[in-house]
This record gives sequence, structure tokens and C-alpha cells, in this order.
Amino acid sequence: MSTTTKPVNQKAWFLVLPVIVCVAFSAILPLMTVVNYSVQDVLSPDRRVFVGTEWFAAVMRDEELHLALWRQIQFSLAVLLVEIPLGIALALSMPAQGWKSSAVLVLVALSLLIPWNVVGTIWQIFGRADIGLLGYYLQQAGMEYSYTGNSTHAWWTVLAMDVWHWTPLVALLAFAGLRSIPDAYYQAASIDGASKWAVFRYIQLPKMRGVLMIAVLLRFMDSFMIYTEPFVLTGGGPGNATTFLSQYLTTKAVGQFDLGPAAAFSLIYFLIILLFCFVLYNWMQSLGTSEKEQGHG
Amino acid sequence: MARIELDLAHAYKPNPTRDEDYALLPLKMAFEDGGAYALLGPSGCGKTTMLNIISGLLVPSQGTVTFDGRDVTRQSPQQRNIAQVFQFPVIYDTMTVAQNLAFPLKNRKVPEAEIKAQVGRIAEMLEMSHQLDMRAAGLSADQKQKISLGRGLVRSDVSAVLFDEPLTVIDPHLKWQLRRKLKQIHHELKLTLIYVTHDQVEALTFADEVVVMTRGRAVQVGAAEALFERPAHTFVGHFIGSPGMNFLPAASVRGGLVVLGQPLALTDGHVLPEGPLKLGIRPEYLALGQAGEPNTLPATVTRVQDIGTYVMVTCEAGEHRLKCRLAPEAAAPVAGDTVHLRVLGEHTCFYKDEALIS
Repeated sequence: MSTTTKPVNQKAWFLVLPVIVCVAFSAILPLMTVVNYSVQDVLSPDRRVFVGTEWFAAVMRDEELHLALWRQIQFSLAVLLVEIPLGIALALSMPAQGWKSSAVLVLVALSLLIPWNVVGTIWQIFGRADIGLLGYYLQQAGMEYSYTGNSTHAWWTVLAMDVWHWTPLVALLAFAGLRSIPDAYYQAASIDGASKWAVFRYIQLPKMRGVLMIAVLLRFMDSFMIYTEPFVLTGGGPGNATTFLSQYLTTKAVGQFDLGPAAAFSLIYFLIILLFCFVLYNWMQSLGTSEKEQGHG
Repeated sequence: MARIELDLAHAYKPNPTRDEDYALLPLKMAFEDGGAYALLGPSGCGKTTMLNIISGLLVPSQGTVTFDGRDVTRQSPQQRNIAQVFQFPVIYDTMTVAQNLAFPLKNRKVPEAEIKAQVGRIAEMLEMSHQLDMRAAGLSADQKQKISLGRGLVRSDVSAVLFDEPLTVIDPHLKWQLRRKLKQIHHELKLTLIYVTHDQVEALTFADEVVVMTRGRAVQVGAAEALFERPAHTFVGHFIGSPGMNFLPAASVRGGLVVLGQPLALTDGHVLPEGPLKLGIRPEYLALGQAGEPNTLPATVTRVQDIGTYVMVTCEAGEHRLKCRLAPEAAAPVAGDTVHLRVLGEHTCFYKDEALIS
């Protein structure tokens, strides 16, 4: 239909108005407030000075922030390196059918149902040397284990806690991917004389690619924004050993009330996550289209 | 290479009691070494069950499978050295066409040079030589199915190659080509091939021997001609041929034959058992006689179709519908005419309890 025969009608814009209003209140206005803070120095509730990009420059030079970012990247990588293979292994060893399968699914999913702060509390007690199961036995085994005193111990404890909490998510996704592989593939592999490893390498892993990408994306984003569990367990300590990005940010914004730098840093944080998501999302999209080009299979 | 013998029954349910509980009723059957067989029957007749039992993907609930007299009932497909091709293409997405074809050999630690030669040979047979280095995942469905076929044929020492309706996803014109290819490969490689299908043309053109199955029973094993001329079971008469055999209720009373209430005289000295029977005659052999001719049945023509190479006349005798295939040059009746059907002849078969009286 050519535009000349059709009268111009702008009323359709009213139909998207509700969405614009919702998004404005849920995302754009709060974000704009942060942008507002990031370019001002708030001296008192009624005295503000425009400072331009000064906070951004300050934040970029902030040594502590660099350390927190570095810790964060290390932690997220460690999370992915442990949880993805472990989740796949878990999914492979889960029973495929019958009541056993349902029972195991429920058991595996249990840790996903526990609120974040409760997870922190559980591990706080679990790791205590006097009454905690883990702490007590590590002490008995001759290890000077203390997640409050030793920064290495604290870091590993936070990692273990995250692995305990979130590996089941990876396992459930991988399990769903495994279940969607038609039986004919396993039959063909058995007729072709494929070993267990070959079945995993050439059938299961390629067929799980899609769900594993989702798992990587979810676990990366979640671990990159981790806050509650280490906050409850270690409070970011000892020292700054387990102070990750969002905790550093909270300390700055709410603890020290440095609203300007905190806002500037929030925007940078937001951009980092957006960038990672953009890259991962595009990667997944390209995988998806190449899968479609392959057609049936 | 092996002679495969089956003496078994299979039920998916525990403790089968009635015939309907069985996917395969007790049967005894042998597949000769190097033969081309087809298992033919409608959906749910047990042909795929039988195939999976031969390949070892399924253990029969009773009885044994032997290869050259060796009991392999509980052996895996690998131990039996069976190759099988499935209805839908199964390919390894991350591999190239050549790697896909080499996979069964590689898993069996065949020397690299031999793998290369064998893969080249099979690719040439399947006309895939130019695609060997392409990623298998990017190919069309029928190309993928060719890879599956190739993986089935690539091992020269297999006991048998089994096909489970392998051409379902293939375009009709390619179906002909691939079927001819398979036949040619069978001649070249002398492998035992067992082919499951519900398409009689496919079965009859591919196989030397066709096993016709219905409801878990193998009702006849034979070459195309036998299945056509002397169907051993009314199901075979009905299932093979297009259209299938005409059947009329008949009875043998004190040595005389009565069809639709009309006494007919058997000329060739056949002796039929007393009681209710079924008379079967192929549309190809049902001829029209003159009015008043002895041993004919009157019928009313309901439909005449000129198919080009022949004329199909549908008529009704009583409440029974019969089809009659006439040569195009024959004088064809028109709908509403009364015709006289020569139902007795050398090609007429008689059945008692659905089984052929020989």
C-alpha cells in the first residue's frame, strides 16, 4: 500500500503510550536520577553544584575500584569455570525417567528455592569453627580454617557458597537440553560403536549448546552482580578480600553518602554489564541462526 | 555376514495373554546371508519391532536370535556388528561429511589409510565425493539421509545393514534414485540388507524376498510374483496390488461351489474343503464374459475410469464391490450396465479362515 492513498494517522502513537509510561517509571526516570547525581556535587539537600565529568574521571582513577573490578572478574570467571562443567556432569548423572528422575529434580532444585540472605546465613554457620559442620571438621583436619580471618579462605568460601547455590540451575538447564535429544541419536551412536566420551563430545555437547549459552549468560550476569550472600557471610572482608563491585558501590552510596561518585560508577557498572550481555546475546543469536540454516537435525 | 535366524515373540507389556498383547506373535524366520529383504506392512504391524530385535536395540521378551547359529539374543548392536539406518537422518553436527562417514570405522580403530579408501568408495557410490569436506550440519534433509545411509554401508564386514523406512524424508524423484542406488550397492557389496517400509512399491522393487506383516504376524514371505499370484493370506491379497484383490464369500456344499448364492462348477478338478470359504481374484485377472455364459456372476457396473494405460471398472454383485482392470482397447461397459464376471480361472484363489487353500 503506497503512502499516497493512505491518510496519515498518528493516533497509533497513543497505543504505545502505556508502555512508554511504564518504562519511564520503571527504568528511564530512575536512570535519569542517577545520571543527574553523576554530574553534580550534592553539598546539602538544597545546594548542588554541576561538576561535569569530574566524578567519572575520579572513579576511573579509583584504585580500590580497580581492585574490586578485578576481584569481580576473577570471581565470575571462577564461577563459570566451576559451575558449568559441574552442572553438566550433574545433569549427565541424573536418572532420565521415572519417579527417581522427579525426586532427584526436586532435590537438586532445593537450593534454588532458598532466599539469598538465608544462603549467606546457612554458610555463615556452616563455616564456623565452633559449631559449623564445615569449619569444625576442617579444624579437626588440621587446617587453620577461618573465613573471617583469612582472605583466601573467605574467597573460597564465597565461591563454594555460590557453586552450592547455583550449580543446580546449570544442571537443570543441561538436563532439559539432554532430554530433548531424540533416542535415534543414541541408537545410531551405539550402532556406530561410539564410546561414551564420543557420545558426549559429538552428540550431547553440540545438542546442549543452546541451553549452555543461556546458562553461561545467566550465571555470568548473576555472579557479576552478586551482593547479598557475601554481604551476609563476610561483609566483604576480611579487609576487602570479598568486596565485589555491587558491595563496593553500596558502601560508597549508602555508607559514605558519596552520591556523585557512586552514581558515576553505577553508570559505568551498568555499561559493563550491558556490553557483556550485548556480546553474549549476539553470539547466541548467531548460533541460533546457524542452527536454523541447518534445518532439521 | 551371517545367516540370521529368529525364533521369538515380543510383547512390550509384561505377562502377555491375548494375541493383542504381543507386538510380535511367536514366529520362526530366517534371513539368508547376502539377501535383500523387505519387511512390509501397515503402521503398527510390528516391523520396526522386528528390526530392532535383529539389530539388538531391543531384547525379545521370549525366544532367541541367532547369527550363523550363534546365540546373540542379549548382545548389543556393536557386538552383533550390525549397521542400522533410521527413518530420520542422524548426523553428527560438528563433523564434516567425510568425518561422519568415517566415524563408525574410526570407533573400530580401522587404519587411517583404509578408512580414507572406504569413505572415498562410499562417497562415490552415493555421489557425495564433492561434498566430503563440507560441514554435515549445513546440508539438506535428503543429503543428510544419504550420509546416514553411507554410515550404514561404510563397514564392509557387517553382519547385516538394517533400514527403518529410510526414504520417508526424501523427495519422490530422489527416492527412485536412492532406491536404485541401494539395489546397486547390494549387488556390489553383497551385504545382507533388511529394509522396513509400508510402501509396497518400495518393498517389491528393492527386495528379493518380501516379508508381509500384519498385527504382529508375518503372514507371507516370498518374492514379488508369489505375493501377487498366490497370496498366502487374505491380508496379503488385499495389501499387495493396487487396487488389492477382490474377495467374495463362497461356500463349498457337498463338493459343489456356491458363490453369492449361485452354484458354479469348478473345471480344474480342485477339491475344496466343506464349509464357508472366500474366493479371491485380482482385478487384473477378472474378465468380463458374455451374457448367458456358464460360470459367470452377474454384476452391475457402478463406475468406469479410464486411467490411460488401462480401464478400471467398478461393479457390484449383491452388496459386494469388485474391481476389474481391462485393457484400454477392450470394449468397456458404461455405468448401469449388467456384466457377467468370470470369477473362476487359473488365477482364482480360495481361502479358508483367511489362509490360502493350496
